Amino acid sequence: MSAARFAVTSDVLSLDALTKSVMTHHAGPVGAVTSFLGLVRAENLGRVVSYLDYEAYEPLAVKGFSRIADEISELWPGASIGVHHRVGRVDIGQASIAIVATSAHRADAFAACRYAIERVKQIAPIWKHEHFDGGDVWIEGATAEPDDEGARLEARKRACT
Amino acid sequence: MHVTVRLFARLKDIAGAPELERDVPADATLADVWALLAHDFPAMAPYRGSVSGARNAEYSRMDAVIADGDEIAFLPPVSGG
Repeated sequence: MSAARFAVTSDVLSLDALTKSVMTHHAGPVGAVTSFLGLVRAENLGRVVSYLDYEAYEPLAVKGFSRIADEISELWPGASIGVHHRVGRVDIGQASIAIVATSAHRADAFAACRYAIERVKQIAPIWKHEHFDGGDVWIEGATAEPDDEGARLEARKRACT
Repeated sequence: MHVTVRLFARLKDIAGAPELERDVPADATLADVWALLAHDFPAMAPYRGSVSGARNAEYSRMDAVIADGDEIAFLPPVSGG
């Protein structure tokens, strides 16, 4: 059985497993596969980061990934994606998120992959707890409003430039 | 009515618990539940403009009316990826 296309997990992420799962789901010809791995950086805003501890509202995060996939199907018909996100402690250099996009041609696969990471950052109910040299802090980014058209347009713009 | 409230990240730290139980009047909205919490935990009040809500693990507007037994969640600004 292949891995789920959308998942929140404390396991180390595998692009191979995610790619297999997206390929299994994909209907129609595949001519391009793109992927994105987000890694934990050793530095953030001048702080020396020790590690990140991720928290998620798991059922809604998985639904959020699925919703982003639906948006992508509308924007780039024939493109499919998969998203796996870590929770718990993630050390420097490890992947916190893996995204795979498939489509018939490369342009849509690149665009879908970029759009997916922008949308995850906008709406997925996931939080980074940064542990750095001297303390710890919850990182707060975007207010999660999936129906905010402005945010969707911004993500689309970034995906297509 | 009785609801369960899920809290995450900084909101969880402020409340000192990931989950709370609250009794609310009939026809209460998510915003009403939020007002209760902001009253109990004044440090949450500054999040009023940036918090978003979920009802039974679905994204929800803050003006949505809730039902007895619902699981309400309040999401501080997200930072996944």
